[in-house]
Parts: sequence; structure tokens; C-alpha cells
Amino acid sequence: MLGKLSLDAIPHDPIVIATLIVVAIGGLALAVALTKYQKWMYLWKEWITSVDHKRLGVMYIILALIMMMRGFADAIMMRTQLAAATNGAAGYLPPEHYDQIFTAHGVIMIIFMAMPFMIGLMNIVLPLQIGARDVAFPFLNNLSFWLAASGAILMNVSLGLGEFAKTGWVAYPPLSGLQYSPGVGVDYYIWALQISGIGTTLTGVNFLATVIKMRAPGMSLWDMPIFTWTCTWANVLIVASFPILTAALGLLTLDRYADFHFFTNDLGGNSMMYINLFWAWGHPEVYILVLPAFGIFSEIISTFSRKPLFGHKSMIVASGAISILGFIVWLHHFFTMGSSANVNAFFGVMTMIIAVPTGVKLFNWLFTMYRGRVEFSVPVMWTLGFMVTFSIGGMTGVLLAIPGADYILHNSLFLIAHFHNTIIGGAVFGYLAGFSFWFPKAMGFKLDVKWGKRAFWGWQIGFFFAFMPLYVLGFLGMTRRLNHTDNPDWNIWLYIAAFGAFIIAFGILSQLIQLFVSFKNREQLKDTTGDPWGGRTLEWSTMSPPQFYNFAVEPDGKGVDCFHAAKQNGTAYQRPEKYAPIHMPKNTPDGFLIGMLLTACGFGLIWHIWWLVIVTFIATIAVGIKRCYDNDVDYYVQPEEIEKIEGEHHAALQKQAEMRA
Amino acid sequence: MTAMTNSHDAHDEHHHHDTSKTTLFGFWIYLMTDCLLFASVFATYAVLFMNTAGGPSGADIFELELVAWETAALLVSSITYGFAMLAAYKGNKGSTLKWLGVTFLMGVAFISMEIYEFHHLITHDFGPDRSAFLSAFFALVGMHGLHVTAGLIWMIILMLEVKNRGLEKRTQTRLACLSMFWHFLDVVWICVFTVVYLMGSV
Amino acid sequence: MTAKKVSRYALGLLATAALSGCSGGILDPKGQVGVDEKNLILIATGLMLLVVIPVIFLTLYFAWKYRASNKATEAEYAPEWSHSTKIEAVVWIIPCIIILILGTITWISTHELDPYKPLDHEKDHLEVQVVSLNWKWLFIYPEYNIASVNELVFPAHTPLAFTLTSDSTMNSFFIPQLGSQIYTMAAMKTKLHLIADEPGTFMGFSSNYSGAGFTGMKFDAIALEDDAAFEQWIEQVKQSPNVLSGAEYEALTEASEYHPVTLYSAVKPGLFDDVVMKFMKHHGATPFYHSAEDGHMSHMSHGAEHTDGHGDKHATDSHNNHDVSGE
Repeated sequence: MLGKLSLDAIPHDPIVIATLIVVAIGGLALAVALTKYQKWMYLWKEWITSVDHKRLGVMYIILALIMMMRGFADAIMMRTQLAAATNGAAGYLPPEHYDQIFTAHGVIMIIFMAMPFMIGLMNIVLPLQIGARDVAFPFLNNLSFWLAASGAILMNVSLGLGEFAKTGWVAYPPLSGLQYSPGVGVDYYIWALQISGIGTTLTGVNFLATVIKMRAPGMSLWDMPIFTWTCTWANVLIVASFPILTAALGLLTLDRYADFHFFTNDLGGNSMMYINLFWAWGHPEVYILVLPAFGIFSEIISTFSRKPLFGHKSMIVASGAISILGFIVWLHHFFTMGSSANVNAFFGVMTMIIAVPTGVKLFNWLFTMYRGRVEFSVPVMWTLGFMVTFSIGGMTGVLLAIPGADYILHNSLFLIAHFHNTIIGGAVFGYLAGFSFWFPKAMGFKLDVKWGKRAFWGWQIGFFFAFMPLYVLGFLGMTRRLNHTDNPDWNIWLYIAAFGAFIIAFGILSQLIQLFVSFKNREQLKDTTGDPWGGRTLEWSTMSPPQFYNFAVEPDGKGVDCFHAAKQNGTAYQRPEKYAPIHMPKNTPDGFLIGMLLTACGFGLIWHIWWLVIVTFIATIAVGIKRCYDNDVDYYVQPEEIEKIEGEHHAALQKQAEMRA
Repeated sequence: MTAMTNSHDAHDEHHHHDTSKTTLFGFWIYLMTDCLLFASVFATYAVLFMNTAGGPSGADIFELELVAWETAALLVSSITYGFAMLAAYKGNKGSTLKWLGVTFLMGVAFISMEIYEFHHLITHDFGPDRSAFLSAFFALVGMHGLHVTAGLIWMIILMLEVKNRGLEKRTQTRLACLSMFWHFLDVVWICVFTVVYLMGSV
Repeated sequence: MTAKKVSRYALGLLATAALSGCSGGILDPKGQVGVDEKNLILIATGLMLLVVIPVIFLTLYFAWKYRASNKATEAEYAPEWSHSTKIEAVVWIIPCIIILILGTITWISTHELDPYKPLDHEKDHLEVQVVSLNWKWLFIYPEYNIASVNELVFPAHTPLAFTLTSDSTMNSFFIPQLGSQIYTMAAMKTKLHLIADEPGTFMGFSSNYSGAGFTGMKFDAIALEDDAAFEQWIEQVKQSPNVLSGAEYEALTEASEYHPVTLYSAVKPGLFDDVVMKFMKHHGATPFYHSAEDGHMSHMSHGAEHTDGHGDKHATDSHNNHDVSGE
């Protein structure tokens, strides 16, 4: 009846039990609060079933922040374990638990923190930047979110029921095969990634269609804002690489569930094939994460230097070059697998070539500041911190791309330092910069500056303390994924790294306090104009938060920085004589239903509860079919209603202008 | 945002917004992702097809005659689907349904032959658990088969929709999407037929 | 390496970065391979710093100079300036030049440092067969018909030729102070060539996570003074009561952590090939008779020597990239 599931599946580890209790209390408190303030219906009607890209974006970012807490808790545990387990001491985390932690940390931070954060920002901003009223397929967008959430739910269920994979986040077979990982851990890994990965693919499809088909009249592809462009490249990468992950995971699933022999040691399996497929996805994936961040920095540096971005076109070309090259470098993840010198050298050189367009970007940001009026706002601080940190990460990346150097640096802590240097210093700094930049747009009030700066310094200083020692440890020959160490030369660096992790913790805490303080002072921090920073692109031309239809009138999208131009010509904020009805999609519970059904289906698959698998799978298809037959999926907003909403906004704008005068 | 919920009443008018071009474009991108999915499994097959682990190779087990009939069924079904689309664009409901029906039967014939082949192999102990080659064979051909099955289920739904609602714009768009899907599966099958069966039988 | 001077300067830069006590790591190499690789790292780092340092400096300098509150640069403000063909050309060309140089270095060094390439040395290579097991290392000396677990002993100044495989999950064989590492994989043979230029005991371990006992998968790599000392060690091993028979080997494959050093005075003949064949026989319909001994398999453009026994079939199946053994 319950497959492999029994009471033994509940972990007995005190750390896990304590975590579960805290989560349970938190969940209960939230439920009580929702009931007390009668917010359940509001949550359901306005958020869970929402097809509004802005709401979905906010939900993505909430998901990312929650998962960041968990991923970071894993990080703190790893660093304290390694600081405690020196000189042959065992530390407090036995391999059994520790190995799950580093696997979970990797999976969570990449798939359930960075990806949702990136997609969340893209959801909020991209349609606004191109002057669209929504994405091409609003329902699909809702479904994508719930698939991502579904993966995240499965990921977290593994904490309380069973175990997570003990394979490292790459889950190389044969270690991840049934022979060496007979437990449910790898199955949690497979289904969490598979379900959320399909959601991501759909997001890629959706946003590509949006960008191609939904741009405001007059906006050519070259006119698109740089963030939209970098997201578009990221979406091209998503569409081209996520199917490979789907295939790799699918084949691993067949190995584990149906006695296939793709990657097993025996009967002719070839584990190298998995490794190739995994990185054919995995390498483009890092560009999926970092390209939108590059876009964010570009928007910020241009806005706060009060100048257009230097080399808009070369930035677009450089991003495209990175995307295309990103597809032919995957082998550099395993130079040490015995490929011939020609093959290794080819992939090494290809990898280095990526440094060229990336270097161009850095110069373009530099020359955007040149002869500008740079304002040291919180987003700019993140940007400058990024430029300094990322230069170092880029350099160590090129170093690792040299096969001869990789032969001694591969899998060492030098590598760990490198990719945290680029993912934290590049992607995460970018998302946090974008978070403070577009927060007023999404929520209608600005974030507290004091706590924002504290958060930045916590992250920036903490980063250097936490990861520079890892470069040194790599040189000292320390490899990754060790559970304990016995080399006195390493100790001091392990202590410093642990200390750094706590400084980052201060940064994260400041971020939370910032949210709390800003919410408390939201009236003072209110963004009444919709354009709090003197923005240059269309998202700032509408109110904050934008109305559900985004733009009352389709904006004119001609030219780069078209809103800036409109403000210069005095054509911004003009009211039309008459509003036309606006076609809008209706909210629907179907995406949520499918997401939850697939969560249950995944759970059944993990625990071999076959009846649950069959029932939920059929139900999923049924909901899909029902959705197809539903003709009541859209409606028109009438001019009177638009008139009313816009009237209020324009009155507020006018009042603002008078007050200033 | 109560405005949003209130304004739902306004939907009665139902003059449909034409999004069919966007839908078709989006569906086309989706097909490209599916194409890459197949490409990945094809690559895996290419790497593993020699690894027969002492078991049979392709030449030992493939029955080209059966596969030729399968191929014929699928190719013809693509043509008949084309006739269905022509009829649909003309707004000829009866003819559309008729051609869809023929296409459906062809698809069923294809799947039946594939199931027969799989069943035959498995009962002779040449199942996917026998070797990496057979794993790759079953995965690649089976994945195509699952796609065709999904296409058939979709076809039933669309036939019901055409029957109940006629050939309104939305239904036409859906027929066009399935059309792309169906032709795409045909192209994939030609690759499967060439790479797996023809080359494997040499 | 020609650029010893450059590397020395680069080392100075790096050393200041905090490598006061860097004994035992890759910056303290004890063999030619490791020395070359260290120099490569230093040269490449030095080259890249030529761009990275100016970029970091300019970032901070421009941000400060053009800050909004700086009255001195107010007049310079160019609100619409966003393009300069000259600057664009320069910012594309500078990284291109650096990467051109680095790419050339990469191409040459990758061929020089190919782990499959025997070392250029007057002495013959000492052959060692390496099997990674859960979670220990087995070293077989085919020329002497002896074996050891978790201890690798060899004479200094003698090139070493390793042939490696795995009888469990993937591992990576790594002795940082001697240089390159290489993966060990079941059903596949990989190769590695190293040398120790001075006697000493170096840490060796797996650098690819392989499960619960991974941390303990360590061994001492002991370079003895000269051949005489090594012969002496061989004699000593020959006295060991342990014999690595088939049954003994099976017992060894059972998972164990921190396996004690064990020496075997004799080894079942052909044990290493048996281990490889255990899985490799599954590759190909024809029986194993042809192994691509020297050279790489380019399996989908990568790959260890994946010796599928299908020599004849290949010739006719040129339609996919499957085969091509190195020669």
C-alpha cells in the first residue's frame, strides 16, 4: 500500500528532528495567522491561482529566498563541520548525513534558489520592459511556477521522510546507480530536478515566444533593453539545454527503476555518457544563471550613471557569443577523464574564448561610468562589488580552463572557490542588485537603504573571508567533499572560511531585517511616481506596482531607452482621450492542481507507491484536458474601469509634480 | 486587487483575441526542445549500440519487414493528416473528422506493430535489461512510441472538440499544433528507421 | 619552460596572497610533471593579471572619479555618450590578444602534459596498475608480481607508468606534489605518467567523491632514494605472508574504510586485466581480443580507453563517431 515507505523513513538525527520541529511550528504559526486574518481566500484568489506575471515573479522570488535559507543552513553546517573536524577529529556530522548536506546544498542553490530568483526577476521585469500586457502564455507561466514549487516541495520532503542523495549534486553514475545508492535519496534528486526542470523548459518556451511576439509597437529586437536581451539569450540556452537534462535524468531513471543498463558498470553501460549529457546541460546552465545578472548590472550601471549603456549592441553580441560558446565547452568539466590532448586542448581553448566577450562586458560597464554621474545607491554597490569579485572569478576560471592546470586543480577547493566566486560574485550579487532595484516596481515601496548597505557589506566581506581561503586550500592540495581532515597546514584556512560564512550570515540576516524595516516604513518609502530612480526603460513608465494590465495604452517602444527619450521629449505620461478595452487572461487553479498532483506523483515514484502514481498521473492528464475544453479563460477590462484606475494615478502624479514645484 | 475579480463579469462578450500565431510559434519552440530530447537519446544510442554484452545485435533481432509496414503506416498517416488540415481550413467539418479518423487508425496500426515487436523481443529474453544496446534501443524507439501515443490521445480530444464545437479559430489552431507534432514525429521516425533499423541491420 | 623569470615574478605576487606555509601542495611540486604544471599556472595567472588588475583598478577609480557628488567632474558629464568605435575596438582586441597568447600556451602545454604520454627519460618506466575499490587503493606491480593496498612505493628519479581502472564507482587518482590526476572508471583503462625528482613521502588520495568512505581513501606515495632501496622494498614485500589470490581479491572488494596498509607477496596473474574485463566483456558481441593499448578512445569526442571488443565491426560502421582507437 505504501511501497517502500514505513516509519523507519523518519530520520532519527537530532539536527533533522529539531529542524522539522521548527519548520512545523513555523508552518502552524503561518496557518493560524492566515486563518485569523482571513487571508486564505485572498491567497488563493490573488496569488496561488494568479496568471499575472508580476505576481508569479514575486512568488518565484519568495520561493528563492526560502530555499536560500535552507541552502545556506547547509553551507553553515558544512563549514562548521570542516572547522570542527580537523586533526583527525570526526566533527559532528557523520558522512551519512554530511554527504546529503553537500548534495542538497548544490541542488538547492542552483536549481531552487538561483533559478527561481532569476526567473522571478525575469517574470516581473521582462514583459514590462517590452511594453507587453502579459507573457505569451499566462497559464503556462503559472504552471511553470507550480512545477518549480513542486520540485522544491519534494526536495524538502526528503528532509523529513527518507534521505536525500549522497552523490554530490552532479549524481554521477555508477555511484548514483541502484548498486551503489539503493536508497530513495537519488530518487528524490531525480524527481525534484525532473519536475522543476520541465517547468523551466516551459518558462524558456514561454518567454521566447513573449519576446518575439509581444513587443510593444515600434520596438525592434535591437531596441530591446539589455536585461530583456540577456534573459532572451538565457531562454535560448534553457530551451536548448534543459531537454538534455531531462534526457539524462530520464535514462538514469530507467536504470534505477526498470533495470536498464545505460550507465551501469555491467552489461555494457557507459557512465561517461551520463557525465557528457549532464554537463552538456550543466555548463549552459551556469550561463543561464549569470547572463541575466549581467543584464541587471547593465541596467543599474546605466541608470545610476545617468547615461545610456556604453556599447548596447556589442553587449548584445557579447551575450550571444557567450551563449553559443557556452554550448561547446562542456568537456572542460572532465579534462581528467583521459581524453586525448587534442580534445582537451580544443575544449580548453574554446572555454578561454568565452573570456573575450565577458571581458568586453566589463569594459562596457567601465565606460558606462566614464563621464557619468555615478550615484552610490545599494544596487550600484552590488554592481561594483560584482565587477571586482567577478574579475577574480573569471581569472581563476580561465586558469581552470587550461587542461595542464586543471590536472592538478580539478575537484580541489580551488574549483569550489572559483565557481562560488562566479555564482555568488556574479549571479547572486546580480539578483540581489536586481532585487533592490526593481523591488519598488514590484511592491510599490523602496527598500531601506541602511540595512541594504549592511547586507551588501556582509555578503561582500563575508565572501572574501569564506572563499579566498578555499583558493589557498586548493593550492595546498585539499580536495572537495572531504568529511574531515588531518593536515595541520589546512586548519587555519578552514577556520577563516567558517568565519566568513558567519559574516555572510550577517549579510543575509540584514537582508531579512531590511525587508521587515522597509515593510514597516512602507508609507515613507512609497514610490508614488512609478519611476523612483529616474529609469530609462518602459517598466518605469507605468505605476508601482503596475496595474494587472501593466499599460493602459500600448506604449511606443521605439529606440533604446525609449522611456528616457519620452521623458526628454515630454511625451511621457500622456493620457489618451479614450481607453480601449484590454484583453486579459483569467486566473485558474489548474496550474496549481497539476503542480500538486505531480508532487504526489513524484512522491509515489520515489517510494514505489504505484497506485498513487497511476491515480495522480491520470488526474494530471484529466486536468490538462479539462483546461483545453475550458473556453472561459479570458475577459476584457472595460474602458470605464481603466479610466478610473488611471485617473487616480495621474492625479497622484500631478500632485507630486505640484509639490515639487 | 479587487478590481481584478470584479471585472471578471465583463467576459460575456467573448470576441476572441487572436493569439493563434503566438500559439503556433510557441508550440514550434516546444517542438525544438522535444527534438533535442530525441537528439540526446539518439546520441546515447550511438554510443551504446555496440555494447551488446554478448547478447544479440541489431542485425540479429530486427525484422525489417515489420518495420517497413510500421514506417508505411506512419508516413501515410502524415499525408492523411495533411488532408484533414486542408479540410479544416476549408471549414469542412465532416471531411476533417473523416481524415482525422483515418490518421488515427494509421497511428493505432503503427503503435500496435511496435507493441508487437517489443512484446516479441521481451518474451525472447531480449528485453531492455539484457544489454546496454537493448536498453538504448527500447528507450529510443519506446520514447517515440510514447510520443505517438500522446499524439493519438490528443487526436481523440480534438476529434471530440471538432465534433462538438465545430471548426472555430481556436480549434483550428489546435489542429495545426497537432499537425506540427505529428509531422515532427514522422521526421523523428525516419531518423529512427534509418539509424536504428537500416544501419543496425547491415 | 622558457619563462622561468616571469613565473618567479608571478610567484612573488601569488605568494603574497598568503602562501607562507604552502608545503605539500601543488605549489611545492616534487616531480617534473608537477613543476611544469605549477609554472603553467603561474605564467597564466601573470598574463591574466595584466587585464584583471587594471579592470579592478579602473572600476574603483571610475566609480569614485565620476561619483555624482564630485563637482570636479560635473563638466565632463556626457549624458548621451554611449558609443566610441575606437574604445570598442580596443576592448575587443585586448582580451583577444591575451586569449590568443593563452590559447597558444594551452595548446602546446596540453600536448606536453598529456597524462597518457610517456615521460622523456633515460630510464624505463616502472609499471604500476591501480585499482580503486570501495574505499581503498590497490597497487599491482606486474613486473614484480607483488601488490600493496593504500601504499604506493617507488624509486625517485624513475618515471612511473600507471594504468588505472576501478572495480566500483569513479575515483580520481591524485598525488598533488607529483602532478596530474586521472579518473579511474570501471570497464575502462586510463593512463598516467609521473615522476618524483626527490625521495620523500607524499600524500595521495582520491579526488573524486565516491561515497561514504571517500574521506579515508588516502595512501602514502613513498619515493625511495634509489633503485637499490626499491629492490630492498620488493624483497621485503616478497616476505609477506599475504597472497592476492582470486578469493583474497574478492574479499578486498568488500567496502571498507581506512583500510590498513597491506602488502602481498604474490598476485594472481592477470588480475588487473580480469578486473577490467569483468565489465568490459559486456562491450561488444565479439569476444574481447583486441585492445586499443596505446592511445585514446575518442568516444563522442572524449573518453578513456574504452576498449570495446568490436574491432572488425568498426570498419564497416563508419556512420557514427563511435570508435577510433588512437593508432
